[in-house]
Amino acid sequence: MDFRLTEDQKALRAGVRELLARRFDRDALRAAVDAGGTLDRALWRELGAAGFFALRLPEEAGGVGLGLPEAVLLFEEAGRALLPGPLIATHLAAGEVPGAAEGEVVVTARDGALVEWLDAADVVLGETGEAVPVRSVDPLTPLHRVPSAAGTAVSVAPRAGAAALLSAAEQLGSASATTDMAVAYAKDRIQFGQAIGGFQAVKHLCAGMLVRTELARAAVYAAAVTADPVEIAGAKLLADEAAVRGARDCLQVHGGMGFTWEADVHLHLKRAWVRAERWMPAAAAEEAVAAAL
Amino acid sequence: MDLTYTAEEEEFRARLRDWLGTVLPKLPPRPDPLDWPGRRAYDTGWQRLLYDAGYADVHWDASPTQRLIFLEETERAGAPYVGANFVGLLHAGPTIAAEGTEEQRARWLPGVLSGDEVWCQGFSEPDAGSDLASLRTRAVRDGDAYVVTGSKIWTSHAEVADWCELLVRTDPDAPKHRGISWLAMPMTSPGITVRPLRTLAGSTEFAEMFLDEVRVPVGNRVGAENDGWRVTMVTLSFERGTAFVGEVVACRRTLGELARAARENGSWDDPVIRRRLGRLAAEFAALWRLTQWNVSEAQASGGVPGVGGSVFKLQYSHARQELYDMAAEVLGPDALDLGQEWNVDRLSSLSYTIAAGTSQIQRNIVAERILGLPKGR
Repeated sequence: MDFRLTEDQKALRAGVRELLARRFDRDALRAAVDAGGTLDRALWRELGAAGFFALRLPEEAGGVGLGLPEAVLLFEEAGRALLPGPLIATHLAAGEVPGAAEGEVVVTARDGALVEWLDAADVVLGETGEAVPVRSVDPLTPLHRVPSAAGTAVSVAPRAGAAALLSAAEQLGSASATTDMAVAYAKDRIQFGQAIGGFQAVKHLCAGMLVRTELARAAVYAAAVTADPVEIAGAKLLADEAAVRGARDCLQVHGGMGFTWEADVHLHLKRAWVRAERWMPAAAAEEAVAAAL
Repeated sequence: MDLTYTAEEEEFRARLRDWLGTVLPKLPPRPDPLDWPGRRAYDTGWQRLLYDAGYADVHWDASPTQRLIFLEETERAGAPYVGANFVGLLHAGPTIAAEGTEEQRARWLPGVLSGDEVWCQGFSEPDAGSDLASLRTRAVRDGDAYVVTGSKIWTSHAEVADWCELLVRTDPDAPKHRGISWLAMPMTSPGITVRPLRTLAGSTEFAEMFLDEVRVPVGNRVGAENDGWRVTMVTLSFERGTAFVGEVVACRRTLGELARAARENGSWDDPVIRRRLGRLAAEFAALWRLTQWNVSEAQASGGVPGVGGSVFKLQYSHARQELYDMAAEVLGPDALDLGQEWNVDRLSSLSYTIAAGTSQIQRNIVAERILGLPKGR
């Protein structure tokens, strides 16, 4: 047993982080916010060319031939960078919807009453006939709501576990990013003649963020290895909590700055709220874990 | 990311499981927690069984993975816990193994492993609890001995111990972290007075200890003179890093029992209770995975657990208390009956966020040593 990342996995993570830093840095993020949630097709194709969607397809089918643990590392980086778009649905559709694997086709899927990026998508999985637009809380996740009576609820049901796990990985990346942001700000911001990170009240907020993040990391990575449905449910639960509470605490550490549009904290919090509501929300995850007791 | 054990490790597990299956049914019931001498006899007897079967050194000489398997299997089988041997096996022993001389290892480790010699912990003082380094018990060199005077508090297992791992101030003029030394003190030395303290659970697992010109041979010092703080940090990393690991398995077993009790008494039908039990189960499952992560890291870095232990300890101690609060909610009026074991365990769990460094101290450690935030108040 050696639970640590292998050298190949570390290289993959570094490669993705480098790609996203180059192609979707902070300026690109803020430009995307200003553009009001339109999908960058060129970036989507670049992600496809880098193997983002075909990662788990076998090599003979033109894929990269890697597994869930590697996909989790990829989506963790996407979550850290706040990369927008229906990444999970397109990743899951690779190999089944032509063009998805290459990033030529954008695929979205209905999950419960919600569907994201409906207008931007080429292919929609699940019935969305009566969908009405929602003024989404997250400026980078356009949402539609489907009336509860309409059609199939979860279209990617056979892979709902994978969707929940990849969503948990994104939450993990976001939790990790907000922890880093809070720590950096706490080292930098001077009040009462010293860096606020020297105050125990601030220190303890940051420590709590790290503890929740590392607990979620252990759960998400292990669930990626075992692919056990109960473990995936637990991982989603803890990752949702790490991301949502992490972003809230990060906002608190930023003080007045945290409440402004120009700080990035709110973007993490809002996306974390969206992810927490989708692909196995807390109630479903808790019931799934409890049922196995 | 590999969670599978090697064939060799699985063989170790199978052998241990078989052995536990044969010895456990023959064990007498554990004496009442209020009977410390009885507990000492029972706990050291169990340790002797482990020693004779070749499992005693698993606490620090085996690989971290073997230790993990040992803790997992003993907890799963419901084997006795280290009890009175806690300080020797999980504190003093690993510290001597890591920092002692060849002679010191030969002198003390066999007694710890066989259970023949029980250790107590003389770290905390009345004015130096969480601020451990401000301890004042002083040791003055006189020929080949230190003359020790002062007092200790929360001295775990002092009533039944043969040896004490004692922190003393050997240089009162040095900065507070630099003038400390780590001594092994025989509890039979003249000048030691032990006064048991009663815990809120009613037991006397720790005591006050008064030291009046107690002579401790200089050869009983582990590590260099005035270097005791560093030695102590090694001890504490064991305490936070691995000492509680097996208890996660015990908590998961308790949680399973609680779910059964809830199904029987109908409280399972309450979605609020059911969902909270589910959340706790997810937390304990993740804690187990976090342990495997920490062990993998420790294995790669030579065996001494790092500050990651503080992350584990923080989360674990709170989850454990939450578990017993949930038990009380599920059990209803039965939660007030000390005849039921989990209610006694509930009282004991109140110490977990205090002992081995309070949660507040752990958060400071996480913030300063892992996140690199400035020291301060």
